[in-house]
Amino acid sequence: MTDVSETLAAPIGVSVPRPGIERFTAGRGRYIDDLLLPRMAHIAFLRSPYAHARIKSIDSAAAAALPGVIRIFTAGDLEGVVTPWEAVISNLPGIKSAPQFPMAKERATWQGEVVAAVVAQSRAQAEDAADAIAVDWEELPPLTDMVTALDPATPVLHPDLGDNLCFRMDIDAGDAPGRIAGADIVVEESFRIHRQTVVPLEPRGLIADFNPGDGILTVHHSSQVPHIMQAVFARHFGVEEHRIRVIVPDVGGSFGLKIHVFGDEMTTIAVSKILGRPIKFIADRLESFTGDVHCRDHIVKAKIGMMSDGRIVGLEVDDLTGIGPYSVYPRSSGVEAMLVAIFSGSTYDLKDYKATARVVFQNKAPMCQLRGVGMPIACSVTEGMVDLVARKGGLDPVEVRRKNLIPDDAYPYETAAGMPFEGLSFQSSLEELVRIMDYDALCKERDAKREQDIYLGIGVSIYCEGTSPSPLVYGVGGAPITAQDACTVKLEPSGAVSAAVGVTDQGQGAAAILTQIIASAVGVPMDSVSMTLGDTGRTPYGGGTWASRATGIAGEAALRAGRTLRENLLKIAGALLQLSPDDLDIREGEILQRSDGSVRMTLAELGRIVHFQGTGLPIEGDPGVVATGHFSLRDAMFMYTNGAIGSLVQLDPDTGFIKPLKLWAVDDCGRPINPMLVDEQLRGGLANAVGCSLFEELSYDDDGQLQNGTLVDYLLPMAGEMPDMEIAHMATPTKKSFLGAKGVGEAGIIGGPGAILNAVNDALSPFGVHVTEQPYTPERILAALGRV
Amino acid sequence: MTTPISISLTVNGERVEAQVSPRINLVDFIRHQIGLTGSHVGCEHGVCGACTIRVDGAIVRGCLMLAAQADGTDVTTIEGLSDSGDAADLQAAFVARNALQCGFCTPGMLLTATEYLESGGTADRDSIREFISGNYCRCTGYQAIVDAIEQVASQRGRPSK
Repeated sequence: MTDVSETLAAPIGVSVPRPGIERFTAGRGRYIDDLLLPRMAHIAFLRSPYAHARIKSIDSAAAAALPGVIRIFTAGDLEGVVTPWEAVISNLPGIKSAPQFPMAKERATWQGEVVAAVVAQSRAQAEDAADAIAVDWEELPPLTDMVTALDPATPVLHPDLGDNLCFRMDIDAGDAPGRIAGADIVVEESFRIHRQTVVPLEPRGLIADFNPGDGILTVHHSSQVPHIMQAVFARHFGVEEHRIRVIVPDVGGSFGLKIHVFGDEMTTIAVSKILGRPIKFIADRLESFTGDVHCRDHIVKAKIGMMSDGRIVGLEVDDLTGIGPYSVYPRSSGVEAMLVAIFSGSTYDLKDYKATARVVFQNKAPMCQLRGVGMPIACSVTEGMVDLVARKGGLDPVEVRRKNLIPDDAYPYETAAGMPFEGLSFQSSLEELVRIMDYDALCKERDAKREQDIYLGIGVSIYCEGTSPSPLVYGVGGAPITAQDACTVKLEPSGAVSAAVGVTDQGQGAAAILTQIIASAVGVPMDSVSMTLGDTGRTPYGGGTWASRATGIAGEAALRAGRTLRENLLKIAGALLQLSPDDLDIREGEILQRSDGSVRMTLAELGRIVHFQGTGLPIEGDPGVVATGHFSLRDAMFMYTNGAIGSLVQLDPDTGFIKPLKLWAVDDCGRPINPMLVDEQLRGGLANAVGCSLFEELSYDDDGQLQNGTLVDYLLPMAGEMPDMEIAHMATPTKKSFLGAKGVGEAGIIGGPGAILNAVNDALSPFGVHVTEQPYTPERILAALGRV
Repeated sequence: MTTPISISLTVNGERVEAQVSPRINLVDFIRHQIGLTGSHVGCEHGVCGACTIRVDGAIVRGCLMLAAQADGTDVTTIEGLSDSGDAADLQAAFVARNALQCGFCTPGMLLTATEYLESGGTADRDSIREFISGNYCRCTGYQAIVDAIEQVASQRGRPSK
């Protein structure tokens, strides 16, 4: 393992607690629904009860007469206030979608689409009135089966588009069909990964505050991406970007949800603009299930060929995914499928690879990128196929991986799908996983227990995660999504350092990580550093926090800013002390003379002199006490990371229940800034993996009605269902930055499901059956066992 | 049915007299009428536990109890628990162990963990997991939360049996 602890000073690399989180334990966090503004009114929505229906008429007269109601809006009322959007990006060639309005115009296309909005003095009054709006509906045939979506006989959801295909991507590297045909062992399998959603405990919400006095639109937004939203709002509300301020309060979880554009939120802003007063929208849990975006919903057919010695010679993947009636703005709904296509098989030294991804429209809630974005599918399918072919060939799954992983000494390496890997550690991560699992002993224990009719299953998966994206993912396609971040640091008169940066913190610990980096770079204690995040009016332009980018991108910007400030402070101190800056050092807020380690002055003294007494300082170049650093990845789509996950489960063949007993993870995110926070990102992601593998499924009936849109019915893992998770690390720093850190936010959800799938199938193997339909519910397990 | 109801209760040691709508639930009353926003609303149907509030010494779902039912009761929210210092060790353990990420579940989790510890709960991890299984956390995967509660149980002299 590379020792990366020597080159950057503490607190980089130290597991310090996150500064300031005592406000959460004291009940003093401040989330969007905690904010009150003068003259604020509340909005509630009437949503379509049908998956597909024509709106013949809307009668809101009775509703308008109810107590507290201020005004009721339907689609026509927003004309001229907000323009429709169309989520296509040019780097996904051929992607198409239809113009989408904040509220349904003439036709609702999913159960949950906004049809009318009520503004009232209280939320309860607004909901009462929404219930009293009468809509005359004409039901239309819903398009719910993605398998038949492209059949000529299937009605086209948006006739102007010609068919129900949103996007298609093909990769054909080498000769996968030919190599597979010539393989000794071939497995062909179909995987079904059902719809899920991320369910942050705090639902979406915002307060839109258009001030007609100065023409400024302020949006307090539970968001991951304030600058992106500022750009989106400017495009669609006719307000210049510099007259829009987006402020992000504490955010109660997001997992990729709070980066997208939603009709209810856009309606709230439009209504604030019309009424000239603050309007608050807080989604309730029930409307969140159909009003949030969903993720996954894939059918993947795969074919793999292996020689009898365990060498994998070819892989074919055919992905079909349904994304609801519209591609989701502004990222489009094509990226998930694209990542399935380019990440499948990407961990293996494989030249012969073929992939097709098709994205189709349906009358279900819109589907878009959420935590993991396609990569969990790529990993599950690839790793599931490797285990199936290993089992068929009578080989140990770990041995097959050893034979086929991209070697640790092969870098730089370009995958069959064209991803340029700079430096990864698939092999050593697997060996570290085998070590911490005590894999051989665990296999013996499993085999011994089977003699007693106790069915343990062991699964391993290898993953690759794309983190810290470059403009190649969205920006070059025309979406207002910056891949760049900047950080500004200032020496205050008190000697403290204040910093501002365009990323946000939804609990991952971005603020803590950046504080650590700045403290290290400048040479001050962490408690001398204050951070401002999540406010377009107060921070440099930045991309926000998604795709595991805050540390890799904004962290590097912070490091560069901190280093420049330090250089400037040393120049000023050198002039004051009549010493060369090279003879001085800054540590813990004090300026030391390197020769004897003596403290020559404090940063508080320097700050006071610079700010209040700085006349005639004889300093060459007039170095400032404000510095900005910026960074963007430029020459690849992602900073790639890798790792390995291990899973141990127990199967109860009588009930079909799968109990996760233990999870292990070995992750290589480059230089870890705060190892404890890296571990906790992995654990959180693994909990998502347990959820989607065993519990989480949004179930729709043939009419496009969601069957389980409550937290009673949509099951999430609780503490009692989660096992302990043991984490270990490899560290292959990226050379694209001084910091060397990559991302880790999605590793657990990407690698976890494949390991759990393989553990479940290992537990089922004595019965000669396996499952491929996720989640692996008791019903599906019993069906596989032939017991129901 | 919509005539306001007069209630009188104690919230975090302070006497509160209020007129409440019959349909307003306890957590909405606490948050929006009293202004104590530390108790959170995550589902409004009694599943997630973010609204956990202590009423007359026992934790309840603030979304499943009406404010009118709180007439005459003694209510403690996270703000009151925190200010009392009774959970200071637990709060410190949560911070040190990073047993919270977004913090939205944390107030409810702390009230539940406090009840676990005050009702004689030990450092046994399975018992802790069982007891907090009415409080969802979407961020952490729970292990750090279990670690923090386990540590405090040990510190309070109740090791795993």
